[in-house]
Formats: sequence, C-alpha cells, structure tokens
Amino acid sequence: MKIGVLLKQVPSTDTQVKIADPSAGISTADVKWTINPYDEFAIEEALRLKEAGKATEVLLLTVGNKDVEQRLRDALAMGADRAMRLDDPGFVGSDPLGVARILAAAAKAEGVQLVLGGKQAADDDNGQVPIMVAELLGWAHVGVVTKLEIAGETFKAWRASGGGAQDVVEGALPAVITADKGLNEPRYASLKNIMMAKKKAIEVKGMADLGLSAGQVGAAAALVKESGWSLPPQRPAGRILQGDNAARVKELVAVLRDEAKVI
Amino acid sequence: MGNGFLVVAEHDGGHFKKTAYELLAKAVELAAGAPVSAVVIGGDGAGDLGAHGATKVFTVNGPAFGHYSPEAWVAALQAAITASGAAVVLAPASLQNKDAFPRLSARIGAGYATEVTELSAAGGGVVARRPQYAGKAFSTVQIQSPVALFTVRPNSFPAKPATGGSAEVVALAVDAGAALTRVVASEAPSGDVVDLTEADRIVSGGRSVKSKEGFDTLIRPLAAALGATAGASRAAVDAGFCPHSEQVGQTGKVVNPTLYIAVGISGAIQHLAGMRTSKVIVSINKDAEAPIFGVSTYGIVGDMFEICPLLTDELKAALR
Repeated sequence: MKIGVLLKQVPSTDTQVKIADPSAGISTADVKWTINPYDEFAIEEALRLKEAGKATEVLLLTVGNKDVEQRLRDALAMGADRAMRLDDPGFVGSDPLGVARILAAAAKAEGVQLVLGGKQAADDDNGQVPIMVAELLGWAHVGVVTKLEIAGETFKAWRASGGGAQDVVEGALPAVITADKGLNEPRYASLKNIMMAKKKAIEVKGMADLGLSAGQVGAAAALVKESGWSLPPQRPAGRILQGDNAARVKELVAVLRDEAKVI
Repeated sequence: MGNGFLVVAEHDGGHFKKTAYELLAKAVELAAGAPVSAVVIGGDGAGDLGAHGATKVFTVNGPAFGHYSPEAWVAALQAAITASGAAVVLAPASLQNKDAFPRLSARIGAGYATEVTELSAAGGGVVARRPQYAGKAFSTVQIQSPVALFTVRPNSFPAKPATGGSAEVVALAVDAGAALTRVVASEAPSGDVVDLTEADRIVSGGRSVKSKEGFDTLIRPLAAALGATAGASRAAVDAGFCPHSEQVGQTGKVVNPTLYIAVGISGAIQHLAGMRTSKVIVSINKDAEAPIFGVSTYGIVGDMFEICPLLTDELKAALR
C-alpha cells in the first residue's frame, strides 16, 4: 500500500503577524516557515505504518513553488521515501477546492491507497482540503483522528465528536484520514537522514502531467476570494484589582456580576 | 440562482443548541424579507424554530441519521439546499459540520468559508469576516458560487427573543447513499461537558498548577462552581495534567466564550490567539509582567494556590 501525505508550509505558530498590504494577506518578510504542525502527525503516522509493514511507500505531496522545497526535505529527513511538488503557473490563486483537485489528481495518478493530512493548516485554519480530496476521489474519510489502526484493506479510526467524546469509525481503504494532536509524537530527523534528504530528487508535476485544465484550478476557478486583511481589534486596557486576596476575590465576583454582567 | 437562507439547526438530546437561535437571528436580519428556512437532521419537529424566524423547517430522519456520519449528513444537507432553494447556508462551526461541509462543498461545487465570525449583506449577497492564523489576523471572504456555504463560530451573534411565529414542517425523504464508514463505538467523556468551542464560560489552567492533582483540585472545582468548561494551556497539556481535547490555543481549540478565566497562564502568543475574542477575560498570575494581563479585562496578581479556592467559594456563594 502506498501512502500519500499532504503537506503544507506555514508560518511558525510563534509568528508575530504583521500586515503590509491588506489585499495580499500577512507580511511574510520576517516569517520563519515550518511544516504545518498537524501535518507532522500525518507524516509520523505514515512512517509508523511503513515500519509496521503495513505500507510500502510514503509519498509527500505539496502544492507550491520552489520556496516550499525545504519543507519537503524536512519531511524526507524524517524518513519519507519520495517527495512531489505540484507546481504550475495555472495553480496560482487556487482556493481550497482547487488545491484539493490538484492533490486528488496526484494521489490518483500515483495509485495512493491511503491519504494522510493534518486536520487543518495553522495559517488559514480551513480544515477543508483533505476532506475535499476524499469527496473528489469518492473515498471514505475520517477527520480529527487521534488513533488509527490499519488491518489489511480496512481501517479503524478514533475521531473527536465534541466535549472530549470520541467515535470509533470503521471503513475500507482507499480513504483519507486527518490527524489531530495526540495521534502520535513526531520524531526528530537524524543527522544521517538529513544528509540523505539533501540528495534526494524532488519530483515536480504540473497541470498537463495531472490531466487538469484551467477551468478547474487557479484564480479564475476560485469560488472563495479573500481580501480586506487586518489585525484583530486591540482589547481595551483592563484593570488590575488591588487589596488582599479575600478583598480582591470579593471585588472580582462583584464586577463580574454587576459591571461586566457575565455571571 | 437561489434565494434566501438555510440554517442548520443542531440539537442535543431533544433541545436545539443555542447556535440555532444565533444563526436564525442573523439570517432574518440579513434576509431582509427573503425566505429563511432551517434543517433539522435526526430530530423530530420544528420546536420553537418558527418563533425564532424560520418559515419552513425541513426534517431528515431515518436509521442513517441517528448518529453523525459524513455521507448521511452531506446527503441531508444537499437535499435541504435543493428543497429550500437557499442561496446562503449557515451552520454552526461544530466538529460535525466542519467535517461534512468540505465534502458538501466539493460535491455541489459551492464555495465554503469556515469559522466565520461576522456576516454582512453586500450587493445582493453576503460577505463574511473570518479569523486566520488562529485569530492573529482577519480577512473578508466573498463566495462566488450560486450557493454560499458558511460555518459560523458559536457565540458570534446574539440570539433574539422568540416571537409568535410558527414554521411549516416539511419531512424530507433522503437516501443516505452507501455508507463509506460505520461508527462501531462511541466513547463518552466523564461527565456532561459542553465542548470548549461552544462553551459560554471557560476556566483554563497553565503549567504552574504543577500537577494533574493541581489541575483537578484548583481548576476543575472553579470551573464547576461557574458551570464552565475546563481548558488548559499547551504547556499544561504537554505536561500531562489534562487531555489534548482541553487545550486552548493555536494547536488546540480556538474559543469564543463570554467569560474566560486564565489561571497561572502567562499568555504565549499561541494561547492568546486561541482566546483573545472572549468577551471578558480574567487572569490570575503571580507575574505582573505576564502578557496575559495585556488582553485581560480584570487581573489579579497573586498566588493562584491561595486565590483559586477563595474564588471557588465566593462564586458558589454568589451563584447559589
């Protein structure tokens, strides 16, 4: 079984977001880039499945230009077998459905049987693309998974169902699974693997390779348009309560009830 | 081109969730006279949805709709969109809807924006604002397909009081299609907890509670006294004091309660991103320079091990 892992490059979660051009999104000048944290759980799970003899190959799939290659190398250094970058001038400006079409076409062309991805990306927080890939391929999906078991052609996945509850879901491959924190503890790359990853070839595929057309992907096909970027409104200055502990606790309860009116 | 609004009314043990009323109030406001309908999956009647502005309530029932599955939910939502003729679909950004809507979007070719926090009428359609980077930035989203799909963050809009209206109930016969997945077990959490993302009140603890016992004896009783859901910082979760389902922040839950009490949380940028839209923030921390005070409505600089039990008792007395 071949596993396709969907990977996205995002700004590190400790990034202090700045906006230079409200029509263009956040300013990327000082951003440190990382693999989306949830995608790391997906990579780790794929590697463990291969080590357990349940998968034959771990293939990384990402959409982006040369700037994302280091993230593919980071994931190769964790132990993935191959990396594929999906890049074409016609892909630029794709919305989540467009990105999903690109990834679905690549997964299909590669004969992938299991797609693993993060539950959402730490930049747009959309949580859409992997599930859209499942729909486009007509596959099962289970989202927000914290435990996964594969036995032959079937899977069992533990999915969050709200308030700390979980559903245990069964189904047959091919399927898409999205990873939540808790699925596993991602490994660090070894020095040897980092050196090896530097030498590995990264495959690049475009529109024609994937059998896609301009009406399906890119800015012209995008149904979702983003603009008007801004920082969140500043919160008004708060008040530090004074006095001894008993007095401050009494005052806090009083202001929550009478001033803020929230209890 | 469709017309009007369809609200996905979620329910829980026979009662509609607060989000149903929040979304109906917003739909009525934006519809400006265009039809507003609702869909109820796996539940019987329209309840008081009519009194909150729905003129039609579509119900979808059957063995496939008793417990959430993406395939059945997508089939039900698609049927309700067709039957209502709605151009705008509003649903709470619950785990279930965030799981089903991407499939629905791909199936019917409708643009979809998730975790929306504002909606406004513009040029005969609706534009949304939504957080990005866990709330460190916001953007405006326009959907360019005939049907626009939005999942909306709970507590984003106030619900309106009921009026005398009533809704026509239309039972839809929906073929759930072949199930691709099957729920074989459901593991309930201990106790009856409101999910953090829907909670109206949250009490969160940080690493300085020192241990699981510290969390269980300081944070949980304070949360219980308030009828709040317990949350935690990433540091407390990584230290094993509580499960990841309770983590608030960029790699946990992004929350939007009326009241957020942060106990022993310094306020890392990832944590602030996850809770800064809370209406009232209270922080208790021994470090007067902690960044959490910068976003707090009320702050107490002091020892949480002394203050938390006092506050728990005071709240119990006040809310008795």
